[in-house]
This record gives sequence, C-alpha cells and structure tokens, in this order.
Amino acid sequence: MSPSTVSRPIGPSAAIHPPERLEERAGPLLLRLPLDPLLTIAVIGLAICSLVTLNAATRHLIPRQPHYYVDRQALYLGVGAACMIVLSRVNYGRLRHLKYGIYALLILGILAVFALGHSANGAQRSISLPFFSFQASELGKVLLALALAAYVVDRGRRLRARERTVHVMLGALVPAMLVIAQPDLGSGLVYMVIAFAVLYIAGTSWRQLTALVALIVLALTFVLLAAPVAGVHVIKPYQEERLTAFLHPSSDPQKQGYQQQEAKIAIGSGQKTGRGGNSSQIPNGFVPESHTDFIFAAVGEQYGFVGASLVLALYALLISRALRMIVYAKDLFGSLVAAGAAAMLMFQVFVNVGMTIGIMPITGVTLPLMSYGGSSVITTMLAIGLLQSIYVQARASQAMKGRVLRY
Amino acid sequence: MTTLEPVHPSEPRVPVSPQLALRVAVLGGLAMAMFAIIFFRLWYLQVLSGEQYVQKANANRARDLPIAAPRGQILDREGQPIVASRTTNSVQIVPSALPPPGAPRLALYRHLGALLGMSPQRIEALVVKGRTALPYAPVAIKTDAGQGVLTVLAERQGEFPGVTQQPVSIRDYPNGPMAAQVLGYVGQVSKPELKLRAFRGVKQGTVVGQEGIEYYYDRYLRGTPGAQRVEVNAAGYPVPSSLPSTQPLAGHSLKVTLDFALEREGEKALLEGMEHARGGGKPAVAGAFVALDPRNGEVLAIGSSPSFDPNKFAKPLTESEYAALEGKAHVAGSSEESPAPLTDRAVNGTYPTGSTFKPITAMGALEAGVIDPSMGLGGGQCIYVSTQAFCNAGKADYGPVALVEALKVSSDTYFFETGELANSHGTVIQQKAKQLGVGEQTGIDLPSEITGLVPTPAWRAKVASEELACERRRHRSSCGISDGRPWSVGDNMHLAVGQGDLLTSPLQMAVAYSTLADAFRNGGEGTVVRPHLGREVDDSQGRLVQALSFSPLRHVHLNDSDVSLVMEGIHEAASQAGGTSADVWAGWNQEQHPVYGKTGTAEHVGKEDQSWYMCYVADPSRPIVIAVTVEQGGFGAETAAPIARLIASQWFGKPKRFISGTSKTF
Repeated sequence: MSPSTVSRPIGPSAAIHPPERLEERAGPLLLRLPLDPLLTIAVIGLAICSLVTLNAATRHLIPRQPHYYVDRQALYLGVGAACMIVLSRVNYGRLRHLKYGIYALLILGILAVFALGHSANGAQRSISLPFFSFQASELGKVLLALALAAYVVDRGRRLRARERTVHVMLGALVPAMLVIAQPDLGSGLVYMVIAFAVLYIAGTSWRQLTALVALIVLALTFVLLAAPVAGVHVIKPYQEERLTAFLHPSSDPQKQGYQQQEAKIAIGSGQKTGRGGNSSQIPNGFVPESHTDFIFAAVGEQYGFVGASLVLALYALLISRALRMIVYAKDLFGSLVAAGAAAMLMFQVFVNVGMTIGIMPITGVTLPLMSYGGSSVITTMLAIGLLQSIYVQARASQAMKGRVLRY
Repeated sequence: MTTLEPVHPSEPRVPVSPQLALRVAVLGGLAMAMFAIIFFRLWYLQVLSGEQYVQKANANRARDLPIAAPRGQILDREGQPIVASRTTNSVQIVPSALPPPGAPRLALYRHLGALLGMSPQRIEALVVKGRTALPYAPVAIKTDAGQGVLTVLAERQGEFPGVTQQPVSIRDYPNGPMAAQVLGYVGQVSKPELKLRAFRGVKQGTVVGQEGIEYYYDRYLRGTPGAQRVEVNAAGYPVPSSLPSTQPLAGHSLKVTLDFALEREGEKALLEGMEHARGGGKPAVAGAFVALDPRNGEVLAIGSSPSFDPNKFAKPLTESEYAALEGKAHVAGSSEESPAPLTDRAVNGTYPTGSTFKPITAMGALEAGVIDPSMGLGGGQCIYVSTQAFCNAGKADYGPVALVEALKVSSDTYFFETGELANSHGTVIQQKAKQLGVGEQTGIDLPSEITGLVPTPAWRAKVASEELACERRRHRSSCGISDGRPWSVGDNMHLAVGQGDLLTSPLQMAVAYSTLADAFRNGGEGTVVRPHLGREVDDSQGRLVQALSFSPLRHVHLNDSDVSLVMEGIHEAASQAGGTSADVWAGWNQEQHPVYGKTGTAEHVGKEDQSWYMCYVADPSRPIVIAVTVEQGGFGAETAAPIARLIASQWFGKPKRFISGTSKTF
C-alpha cells in the first residue's frame, strides 16, 4: 500500500542494514517478542504429537523397555528446542560470512561418515557418538541452505545468472552425490530441492528453472531406465525397486511393496477416530520402521482421520509460517535461508506422508519433528531456529525502520 | 496486496516485490494442492474404505488356535462308562521362547530329550513340523509324560526355556483291551480323511475316531472345537491380547447296547476257554464271541482275542508296535504271522462253521421238501458218492436217524445225505442261508464287516472263469483263485455240514440263529435283525438327544413245524443225554432257561480244528443268542460250548461253571 512496498528488489541490489545498530536498538523488542508465536505453537504441537504417537507405537518394540524411544525422542526434542532458542537469538546474518566454513563443514561431515561411520541396514550413514549416532547428511540440509543462500547473496551478484544457477546446482550436487552414495537417497533429494528453492526465490528466470526441471527429468530417466539397461546402476537396485514399488503394492514381506501395503492397511484401519488401544498393525510390527520413516502410519492407525488431520494441520501451519518468513525476512539472505528451510520441510512432509499413504515412492525421508531420531529432530529444530531468527531480525528491523521512517 | 497478508495487524508490513510475492504464492499454492491431495487420499483410505482395511488388519493379526472339544463318553446300556476322556499334561515347546538356534537350542533339546527319553533330533523334527503347520502355536512334544517328568519341568523351569506344560484331554479306555476292536480308537485326522464326507468341517489336527464305534459315531462323539484367537505380530509370534475366544462344545455321549458286566465276563470266559484248550494241547491262537438279543439285534457283548490296548493310540505308536497290532510282525522262530489283534474276529473273521450250520441246512431241506422230518438218513459210518467217502467224526455210526436225533447227535452222514439229496433240488441250502443272513453283510454299525461266502454252482463257475482269464493274462499255471473244477455234489454235501467253501463270521451266524429263535417264538414269523451297538445319543448332561433305531433287514416266514423240529433237535443236543453239548450244560436249569445249542468243529487243512458253538437261551424277558468260536481250539463241545455257558450264566445270574464237553463230533 505504501510506496515503499515495491521498492525492495530481488537480487544483488538488496539493501543490507548495518547489524550492530539494529541489535542495540532492538534489544528490548526482542525480549518482548522472542519467537514467532504461530511457528512456536506448530513446533510444540508436533513435538507433543510425536511423543504421544511414539508412546503408543513403540511400547512393545523393545521388551521390558516400553519408554525407550519416547524418552530418547523427548531428549532430542529438548536439545533441539534449546538449539532453536539459541539460534533464534543469533543474528543469522552473521552466518553469511561463514559460508565457506559452513560448506566445508558440510562436505567434511559427510566424508567423515565414510571414514568413521558405522553401517546400519546396509547403509553407512552415521557416526556413532556416545549418546546417539550422528547423521551428517541430516545436519547437512541446514548447512547447505545457509551456504547456498550466502553464496547467492555474496558471490552471486557478481556472476551472470546462468553461471550462478550452475554454481548453485553444482554446489548442491556434490554433497547430494556423496550422500546418495552412502546410500541416503532421501537426503540427496532434499539437497537438490533446497538448491532449487534457493535459486527459485533468488529470482532465477523461469526459463532457466524450466531447463533445470527438464535436466532433472532427463537425468532421472537415464538413471532409472537407460543406465540399468546398459548395466550401470547409478542407484542401487533396491533403491530403484523401492522407488517404483508404490506403483505395484505387494503383500509379500519379501517384496518392497509390502511395507507400503501394510502402512496403507494401518492408516485405513484407523478409520475416522483411530483404533487406539485396539491397534495391531503398528504395535505388532507389520509396518517396518513405524517409529521413524513410517510414523505417519502409526498416527493414522492410532488416531484415525482426526489425528492425521490434526498433524497435517500443524504441518500446514509450520509450512505457511516458513513461507511467510520468505517475504517477511529483512534481507535477501534471510529470504533465501527461509526458502531453503521451507522447501526442506515441504518436501519432507509431502514425500514422507505421500509414501505412507501409497502415492509417493519410498525414498527414506523422515517426517520432520515426528519421526524418531536425534539427527532429524535437531536438524529440523535448527532450521526452525533459523526461521525464528529471521522473524526476530525482521521484526526488530521493521520496528526500527518504522521509527526511522515515521519519526 | 499479496496472497500472504500479515498475520496480525500489529505486524509491520514488509515491502515485497511482486515477483517475490508471486513466487512465494506459487509455492503456497503448491503446498495447498499437496495438502489437498493428501487429505483426499486420507479421506478415501480412512473414511471410505476404512472398513475394508480394518478387516485386512484383523486378518493380519488374528490367528485361531483350536481348543479341542472334550470327546463324548461311550456308556454301556445301563449308563456305565466304558470309554471316557482323561485330563493329562502335555509337554509343549513355545518356539518363540526357545533359546537362539545353534548350540544353545541343541543343548536344550538334549537336556529335554534325556528327561523325556527322546532323541534331540526327534524333538527338533517335531518343532520344525509344528512350526510349519501353525507358526504361532506351541508344539506338543510328549503327552502323558508322567508325574516325575512334570515335577522336574515345573521345579527347574529356568533350565528349560520355552518348554511349558498344558493340560490336555486324552481318550481313556479304562478297561484296556476290553471290546477294543469294537470300540476302536482315536487319532489325529489324517490328510485323506479330511477329504471324506464323514469328516466334513473337521479342522486339521482334530482328534477323531479311527476305528470301531469311535469312527462310526464320530460325528456325535467329536463335539465342536473352540478357538482361541491369538494376536500375532509380523513375525507370526503371539503377543499378549484379549481377543475373544469361542469355547469348545463337548461331544455327545453314546449309549451302546453292550452290557458292561456281560462284556467283561464274556471276554474273561473266552480267555478261560482258550487257556483251557491250550492246556489240552491245542494252539487256540484266537477266538471271538457275540451275544445278541434275538428280538431286536442289540449286541449285548462282543469280543475278539487277541486284543490290544487302545490307550496306546493316544500316544504316537512306533512302526513295529503298529505292525504287531496288524499281525504283520513275525513270531520269533516261526515263519507264521501272529494273529492280528486289530482284527475283530467276531465281525470280520471269515470261517467255515462246522456243524453249527446244520440247522440252516435242515431248514432249507425241509422247506424244499428234500427231506421229511421222520425220514431216517445217514446210516453207516460213511456216505459214498462215486469213490469218495463222507464219514462221521471218529467213524461213528448212528444208524439211520430222523431229523431231531440227527441234530442232537450231530450226525454228519445224515446231513451229507441231505446235502446230496438237496443238490438235485438246486440251491435250497444256499438260499436258506442267505435268507437267514449268512453270506451277506449284517449292516452292523461298524466301519467294516465282511460279506462272507455261501458257495453255489454259479459262484464256482465264476471263479473258475476268473482263474482261467487270469492264467491267460499273466501266462501263469495258476493264479490261486480257484482250482478250476466245476461244482459237484460233494461241494453241496460239504456245505450241508458247514465245511467246504463256506465262509462266514460269528456275527452272521448269530443273526441266523436269532432269526430261527425269533421264528420259533413267533410261530414261524421271524425277523432278520440288524445287529447294532448304538442305542442312544445323549448330551454331556445325559439328556437324550436322539434314540438310535435300526430297522430289521427283513421279515421271513418259516414253516412253524419245521422251525419247531429244528429247535427241538438242538435243544435236545444241549439238554438230553447223548446230545453233543448236553454235558456242557450239566446242572443248568433247562426248565427255566431252555438252551438250544449246536456245537461245530470246522476242519482246516494242516491246522487244529476250529471250535464253534451257537446257542439260543430262551427267556421271556431277556432271551440271548450266543456265538463262540476259537481258532485251533479243538471240538466245539470241548472249548466253545463251555465259553457260551459261562456267558449265559453271567447273563442269567447263574453260578459260573466251565465244563468242557466230551463230544467229539464235527
């Protein structure tokens, strides 16, 4: 409405406020409004849903330790929440200057997994630490979003549009290929989605985006169809089978479609209000990984359409707030970081839920905040912490700007 | 301004370029579309097809463990239990609770095997087999293991992980071998049996009757098994749950016609008689008896020796044990097969009958006018047909005698001559035998019975042509079906004295004598009864469910005076001095309970004679027909007749005296 609404351009000319001034003036304001209330409500709601669902779904998973998973998830959520609060107080703008260090950390973390990691389920994805196994590819999502956003803001303005696009995509492709080799296909896809979202919000032309999409489709066709015919398996055969299994569900436990079939039975049998204590699919172990990747199946069976809708509503709130942060951010870097975080959340929610209800392939991505697992929970909390920081910084900036403009 | 309005009015507005706004709006639209797809999919899965998925989920988790129904009792005619069910403990293995495969599990099998007296391999085989059949059910390793074993298992449970005890109901035959062939035994239903109509609806693993009454009346006795619904996990192992289970429905109890005391004493008498014969140097390897109520065919007692203990079938039998029961095991130091305890000789034994057949011959000859009752026949020691001599036992010469006397002394020459005369009248003897029930199935309520054979010229021609066809087909000099010779008068003469090719069972003879006795009592109107064991079906509380009725095979009209004469003949045989079994019945009150009895001695080539005795003991309220035979037991009067007297003594409550007769007639 005001003439200034159209004044902020996308791209290299975006204004950057001096941070030191902002912080000292915004101090009291930050204390008054420490976090985005709606985003915080969504996070707390999902954390509660996660604990309640895990409590019901994992009671019989480990004999004589009914609270094993709930206790640990509560700890992860607590640590994650602490990280979120700390990060919300940090001016995310400072991270921009650390972009090469962050990128190096991302690559080194992934390589460290190759060097030190332990194998689980035929994949080497994590490093065993005293209290939990650290999955570098999860943390990498946040690191990549920060590094790419910073790169676009700092170096990007000196490059031509096409070069920028190529650099960003390559910057994501290197870690993506590394994690796909672990093999962790899900995280690799998330990296590419983050890069795509950063470019998209950074104002990359529609033509280039279309070309990128065409390239991805071509690459997928090659990987899934052409290469296997030629005898080259870029992704492992089991991944390929998993990707296509949702097209042909199976009741054979030996087949890939089994998991999805049983997950569908679990969700469907929940009907409107869920089976509660009468549940059988999840507590009896018919759906493998029901506490991690397939936790939405547990929600569907235990609490039915009502419960699943509540969880989805919380995600809708979370994603809408993340999208809101893109336009709410005080600077381009904030917008791009928010775009990366929003893309990560959207992709993971839709792919994960889609996979449990049988409309998406099994790719091994977690359901943010709901799925059991320290790396996933803490990574998501860090991403939300960044969103909170963007919110706080934007509000401080607005408040100051308002004062500067009006008085 | 844009699709993303400020969330609350106090929020400061941000200047947003239209391009950014559009791009974020596109992202928002994408998110909304995806949420919409997910919601519709969830609605479809959970609300529209939820019911179907609930069924699938329940099919996934619930498995039925059958709960065996208590099998109905078998009671005697007065309601005294003959067969019951007993609760015992079964040692079972819960596969999911076993130690890990390999050395620890093998150690457990060895430990358990040593306790149960089983090899570890056998235990492992049972577990593997059981798991394949029902992966979620415990596997029974040993039933009725004995109190000592159970105590050890209970006290040292920690040493036997995965081993449990379960109370199970097993069939109990408290009287052991008594009437074992008739009562039958039980066992798990076999694969071929599951396909039979009689076992329709029976689930695998159910214990059903395998022989005798247990088999024939299985559908009443069996009951309906219940089902314990077990919840299983994805691996097929049971998990704790509270699914409803259906209770089994106990089987009905069956009241049979047997008289417990008569059955017990009858078997004792048979064994005593056989023992006596063995004391007299006869092998007396096997024997059988039947006691019928001639009015309605109720089997009052029936037995066959040697017998077996049906309790053995409650636990798995070894190959050699089963072979012994079938009579396939060879007696040590002999090439001969031992007598098969499983064979019910009263129903399925096929024998010539010796002189006990003579009343039937007489009836046929009298009715056809072949002989006249007063006609004197059979003078001399032998009857000669061309060059062949047909002689009395011991070359006795009774002189020409009339019918009654011939039956009394059991003159063979009389009946040889009758047979010779009858041969020119066609098959009058054969027809009479068939009419009275010999050579045809009696229709008794047991799973199997023999048909027997009453030889005729047509039969002989048939087997001769079969033999010829077989020889031609197989290019052999003999197939052993027949010697190929045509029917001769000698065949008819042998039949007339119950020898030759005649094959029948004690039960068929009992039916024939019942018919004669019935006609005798009713002025010539006789009933060919259908012998039967079933009486009524009661529920487990003893209330009548169904009374079983057995219509007689047919009614026959016999000439009253002919029947009277024949009966008079065999009455004198059992009561008058010189009668073949008169000395056996010494001291018997013939006034109160007149005995109409006929001895028989069937000759077998190369073996000791087979002892037979048939009798009807009259009584206004409880008449009885008794058939007794002892293989290789000697003369009829010597072994079979005293057994019959013991049975009759029990039935009428008389003092039991075993008097071996001296008559050396066939």
